[in-house]
Amino acid sequence: MTENNQHKKVRRYGMVIDLDKCTGCGACMVACYSENNVPFRTDETKKLDSLNWLRVFKVSNNKSFPDVDICHIPMPCMQCDGMHGHGHAPCVSVCPAVATDYDHETGIVSQIYTRCFGCRYCMAACPYHARTFNWWDPVWPADMKKSLNPSVSVRMRGVVEKCSFCFHRYQQAKEKAFVEERMQVEETEYQTACAEACPVKAITFGDLNNPDHKVHSLKKDKNAFRLLESLHTNPKVYYLTKRDWVRRQCDNIDSHTDIKE
Amino acid sequence: MSTQAEPQAAIPADTVSGSGPVSDGTGNITGGNTGPGASSGWMVLLFFIIGLAGSLLVGWIAFPHLLYEKKEQPVRFSHVIHMDQVDDGCNSCHYFRDDGTFAGVPDLASCEDCHSDEAMGEDPAEQLFIDDYLSKEKEIPWLIYSRQPPCVFFSHAAHVKGADMSCESCHGDYANSKTLKTYEQNRISGYSRDIWGYSISGLGSGAPDGPRPMKMNDCAACHLKETGSKGACFQCHK
Ligand code: HEC
Ligand code: HEC
Ligand code: HEC
Ligand code: HEC
Ligand code: HEC
Repeated sequence: MTENNQHKKVRRYGMVIDLDKCTGCGACMVACYSENNVPFRTDETKKLDSLNWLRVFKVSNNKSFPDVDICHIPMPCMQCDGMHGHGHAPCVSVCPAVATDYDHETGIVSQIYTRCFGCRYCMAACPYHARTFNWWDPVWPADMKKSLNPSVSVRMRGVVEKCSFCFHRYQQAKEKAFVEERMQVEETEYQTACAEACPVKAITFGDLNNPDHKVHSLKKDKNAFRLLESLHTNPKVYYLTKRDWVRRQCDNIDSHTDIKE
Repeated sequence: MSTQAEPQAAIPADTVSGSGPVSDGTGNITGGNTGPGASSGWMVLLFFIIGLAGSLLVGWIAFPHLLYEKKEQPVRFSHVIHMDQVDDGCNSCHYFRDDGTFAGVPDLASCEDCHSDEAMGEDPAEQLFIDDYLSKEKEIPWLIYSRQPPCVFFSHAAHVKGADMSCESCHGDYANSKTLKTYEQNRISGYSRDIWGYSISGLGSGAPDGPRPMKMNDCAACHLKETGSKGACFQCHK
C-alpha cells in the first residue's frame, strides 16, 4: 500500500445517489461506457459476459398491484475505505500483485491493468460485484476506434477492470490548476461522467471531507445509508431514499422476512 | 502473523532437514563428492571465465544491437536554427494550452506560420520537408523519444509549472541540438530506448548528454526525494 502523503491535505472523493430521483434511464451507464472505453460485445444479451463499471440494479418490493414498487440502484465501485478508514478495502487486501491499491490522497481505489494478471481474487472479495473480467480482447467497430478516450488506457484480455471515479478527470483538473497556479481543484472541475450525464441530477459527486462540497452535507442526511454497511467495508458511495423497504434490502437483511417497525 | 509462526516451530528438527546435503555442524557439507584434481580445477575456472566474458559481451553489446531497431526521423530538424527564428523560445512550439495540457510536438499548422511552398534557406532538408509534407498538407509522423507506454499519465504542468523544472533536466540539451538523433525502438515492447534501454540496472544516467532515464523507478525516486512520497499508482497511471 502506498504510504500516506503527510504534508498533503487528505481528500475523500465520494458520491451521494438519490434513489428517489433515479428513474433507471441508464444514461449514466452509457456515459460511463463511452468515457472509460469500456468494451462491449456484439451480443449483449448474455449479461454474465458483459463488462460494466457502473450498473443500474433493479429491486422490487415483490408486492402485487397496487402496492408494487420498484427502485433502481446505480452501482459504481464503492471505493471502500475499509475498516477504520485505513484503506484495507476487500479487493486491496487480497490482490497478490498490488494491481489494485488505495490512494490515501484521494481515497480512490486504483486498478492498474498492466500489473493485473487476472487471478480474480478481487472479484471474489468484492461484495458489490463492482469488478468485471475481460474474457476477450476488446473489439471496437472500426469508426469507434478513433473516438476512444485517450485519457483512459484500453484494457486487454485477462485483466480485471472497475470504476475509477473517472480519475483521469482529476488528473486533468490538477493540470489546469498547476497552469493557473492554484493548489485546489474546484468541485465543478472534477465530476464523474455519470454524475454529469444524469438528467435528474440524482448523482452528486465531490470531496466528502470538504464542507464546501455538496456531498459533505448530503451524506449526513437522515435518509442516507450505504450498501451492506454491516460488512464494515466503509464505502464512499452513499444512497438516499425515503422508502424503508429499499433501505432494508440494501442492508442485506433478508427481504422476505418482513421486519415490523 | 504470530499464529502462523507457532506451528512451524513445533515441527521436529529432523523432519526439517530430512533430505539434501546435510551440514555436519562444522561448516563442511557431508555427502558431496571431493571433486576432481587440482589441474582440472583450473580448467573449470578458465572455461568459466571464458563463458562469463562471452555471455557478458553478448548481453551488453550484441543483444542491445539486435533488440533495438534504429529509425531515422522523417525530417531533419534543427533546434538551433529555429531558436534563432522564434520570439518566445521553446514556448513558441511546445506550449501549454489553457486547459493545462501540453501541446507536445508541434503540428504542421505551426510550421506554416513561417514556412510556405517557397524555401527560405539553402538547406536541402527544408526542400524535402516542403515537398513531402507541407505542400501535401500531410502531418509529419515524428518519432517521440520520450513517449511512455499508453497506461502512463505524465503531466508537464506539474513539473514545469508546479515544480519549476527546466526542460533540459529531463530531456537533455535541445536548445543546442542541430539534428534529431536516431530513434531506437525496442523490437519486443515497441517502446523507445530512452525510457528503458540505457540503464536497466539503474547504474549510470543513461546515454551521454542524453535524457534522464524515465522508468517507473526513476520517476518514483525523484518523487520520493522531492515530494516525500513515491506517489499512488493512479498519480502516474491512467
Ligand atoms: C520551431 C518549433 C520548435 C521550437 C522553437 C522548439 N522545438 Fe523542440 N521540437 C520541435 C520539433 C518539430 C520536434 C521534433 C519532434 C520529435 O523529436 O519527434 C521537437 C522535439 C523536441 C523534443 C523531443 C521530444 C521527444 O521526446 O521526441 C524536446 C525535448 C524538445 N523539442 C524540446 C525543446 C526545447 C527545450 C526547446 C527550447 C530550447 C524547443 N524544443 C524549441 C519544434 C520546436
Ligand atoms: C518562426 C518561423 C519558423 C517556424 C515556426 C518553423 N520554421 Fe523551419 N525554418 C525557418 C527558417 C527561417 C528556416 C531557414 C533557416 C536557414 O536555412 O537559414 C527554417 C528551416 C527549416 C528546415 C531546414 C533546416 C533544418 O532545420 O534542418 C527544416 C527541415 C524546417 N525548417 C522544418 C520546420 C518544421 C517541421 C517546422 C514546424 C514544426 C518549422 N520548420 C517551423 C523558420 C521557421
Ligand atoms: C519531469 C521531466 C520532464 C520535464 C521537466 C519536461 N519533460 Fe517533456 N516529457 C517528459 C516525459 C516523461 C514525456 C513523455 C510523456 C508521455 O509520453 O506521456 C515528455 C514528452 C515531451 C514531448 C513529446 C510530447 C508528445 O507526446 O508529443 C515534448 C515535445 C516535450 N516533452 C518537451 C518538453 C519541453 C519543451 C519541456 C520544458 C518546458 C519539457 N518537455 C519538460 C518529461 C519531462
Ligand atoms: C527530477 C524529479 C522528477 C522526476 C524525474 C519526475 N517527477 Fe513527477 N513530480 C516531481 C515533483 C517535484 C512533483 C510535484 C509538483 C508539485 O506538486 O508542485 C511531481 C509531480 C508529478 C505529478 C502530479 C502529481 C500530483 O500532484 O497530482 C505526476 C502525475 C508526475 N509527477 C508524474 C511523473 C512521471 C510519470 C514521471 C516519470 C516519467 C515523473 N513524474 C518524473 C518531480 C519529478
Ligand atoms: C511516479 C510515477 C509512477 C507511479 C507512482 C507508479 N508508476 Fe507504474 N509506471 C510509471 C512509468 C513512467 C511507467 C513506464 C516506464 C516503465 O515501464 O518503467 C510505468 C510502468 C508500469 C507498468 C508496466 C507497464 C508497461 O506497459 O510496460 C506497470 C505494470 C506499472 N507501472 C504498475 C504500477 C503500479 C501497480 C503502481 C502502484 C503501486 C505504479 N505503477 C505506480 C510511473 C509510475
